[in-house]
Amino acid sequence: MNIGQAVIEALESLNANKMRSGLTILGIVIGVAAVIAMLAVGSGAQNTITGSISGLGSNLLFVFRGGNDDVRNPQPLTRGDAEAIADPFQAPSVALVAPYISSNLSVTFSGESINSSINGVTPEYLEVRNYSLLEGDFISEENILGRGSVAVIGVEVADKLFGHRDGLIGETLRIEGQPFRVIGVLTPRGGGAFGSEDNIVVIPFSTAQSRLIRRSSDRVDFILVQVISADLVNQASEEISQILRARHRTDLGADDFQIFSQQDFVATAQSITNVLTIFLGGIAAISLLVGGIGIMNIMLVSVTERTREIGLRKAIGARKRDILVQFLTESSLLSMFGGILGIGLGWSIAYIVGLIAAANNTELIPVVGLDAILLATIFSTAVGLFFGIYPANRAANLQPVEALRHE
Amino acid sequence: MNDWVIETRNLKKIYKMGEVEVRALDGVDLNIERGSIVSIMGPSGSGKSTLMNLLGCLDRPTEGDYILDGVQVSQMNDDQLAAARNHMVGFVFQSFNLLSRQTALANVELPLRYGGITKGRKQKAIEALNSVGLGDRVTHRPTELSGGQQQRVAIARALINDPAIIMADEPTGNLDSKSGKEIMDLILSLNKTRKTTIIIVTHDQSIASQTQRIINLSDGKVVGEEVPA
Ligand SMILES: Nc1ncnc2c1ncn2[C@@H]1O[C@H](COP(=O)(O)OP(=O)(O)O)[C@@H](O)[C@H]1O
Ligand SMILES: [Mg+2]
Repeated sequence: MNIGQAVIEALESLNANKMRSGLTILGIVIGVAAVIAMLAVGSGAQNTITGSISGLGSNLLFVFRGGNDDVRNPQPLTRGDAEAIADPFQAPSVALVAPYISSNLSVTFSGESINSSINGVTPEYLEVRNYSLLEGDFISEENILGRGSVAVIGVEVADKLFGHRDGLIGETLRIEGQPFRVIGVLTPRGGGAFGSEDNIVVIPFSTAQSRLIRRSSDRVDFILVQVISADLVNQASEEISQILRARHRTDLGADDFQIFSQQDFVATAQSITNVLTIFLGGIAAISLLVGGIGIMNIMLVSVTERTREIGLRKAIGARKRDILVQFLTESSLLSMFGGILGIGLGWSIAYIVGLIAAANNTELIPVVGLDAILLATIFSTAVGLFFGIYPANRAANLQPVEALRHE
Repeated sequence: MNDWVIETRNLKKIYKMGEVEVRALDGVDLNIERGSIVSIMGPSGSGKSTLMNLLGCLDRPTEGDYILDGVQVSQMNDDQLAAARNHMVGFVFQSFNLLSRQTALANVELPLRYGGITKGRKQKAIEALNSVGLGDRVTHRPTELSGGQQQRVAIARALINDPAIIMADEPTGNLDSKSGKEIMDLILSLNKTRKTTIIIVTHDQSIASQTQRIINLSDGKVVGEEVPA
């Protein structure tokens, strides 16, 4: 018998037990859909995260407090550190330095109240982060010196507190009850790796430190450094390290700070999302395995039910191989249909997840890659073949005499 | 000189049930002439079905030789036996054993498929159905046919590869007396017109007496032969 006939016969036989075939296929559909959706969401998340990190700019360095695990009592980073890094003689590769502190605080305006990320920054922050303004001005040097009660707000804050985005200059909102005058509105940035970048209120560093986010001894959360050009990133990193080692008097090889470039973030994020994707895909693969066991179960039932038929086929000349092919074709077809439907379903689930994410202002575009489709098809057919082997072998090895006697 | 289509020498089939040995066939020497029609009779448990299975290449003997159409069968492996069943033997069972989901045509075609024949299958199958008088039931399924018609389909299937022998185990056992007689007439006419060797296992003396030779089995041995009047 050739494969074409085997397929036709297998289709007829599956068609004769529609309910049973359908339920068996369903097991595979769920497994494959889960795998596809998980992989799609995983790689979508990866794209979003690495995309937003890449948006930071390739000439940016982040300086954090804390070294590797054996460094005890790392010294905090301070404004003094930031000023030292900004010194063009000590760090010639550095263009701009922006210290940063932040805290989530309540922001109110005439009865409306929201929680926002309050960022204490210096004027350099505008350029370092590539921000631009819808209207008004950014924090100025005078604001810093005078510890001015001024705020530049993100559009989400504008929308939620004021209901509109323009004509807000001069309005007074309250952060933790203290009045701040709005001097500018930031251009929308959308969601990013660090949460929504539109639900922020930017205020002068000095004001934040003295009145809202009380950090002892000039501490900063991290320092952003803009390097003169992207190819000087390594050199700048070395210069910053030297400065901080000297200022913190650290032992050799025991830095109490860490410097991250955009590539470092991308690499870290990728390894995290890879683990996540593999983990999700792995869990989903278990359900595919369960589907495979379903196939085996139903094929065993089918072999028992059709023992006489197998005996008859052998009596009129079917070889072991013919019977083997017949049953393997059936189990592979079951899993292949399951695989195809599962890809469709998984695709739809991924699409819906993307819609839900979009509705929640999170940019997540699930990616159903060709590799995922191939993987799912091959894997599901392999599952059908694998779990079909035992029942098919059982059928093929039936003795014709015994099989014909079967009731 | 005789033209034997079947020759067996000291054919034995012994089942071991733990300690106990069941000698289902205990040394059968049998020659059957090409083109003849022979019946095998004997009490229940005498080994008729076992002999049928061996002669039909469904099983291998424990001991002894079996030569079918000049070919030594007793030492064949599974695939060779399958090929022998496909080309040299046609089976007619008491319970028809048709594939219920398939049409009469597909049922009759099946041996050709397993024989690897790709061309002219349908034509051959229709001819076979014509020759058993079912030319107008080609697309019917077994459930849409009477018992007698189903057995005709089974006979057409047995004929399709022009086998050296047709083995019929109680072919009329599940039929009423009228269709039983029709089937028996069909079998007899096949033997006459096509010169196919036919071996019928039966309990029924009136059926056996229509054949050319009756072989009596008892306790796995041939205990006598008669030629009906
Ligand atoms: N598979 C088997 N295992 C054990 N004993 C068997 C088997 N098949 C047949 N026998 C025994 O062999 C003897 C002959 O059986 P069988 O050929 O079926 O007789 P008949 O068809 O004449 O009634 C019986 O005693 C039966 O119990
Ligand atoms: Mg019997």
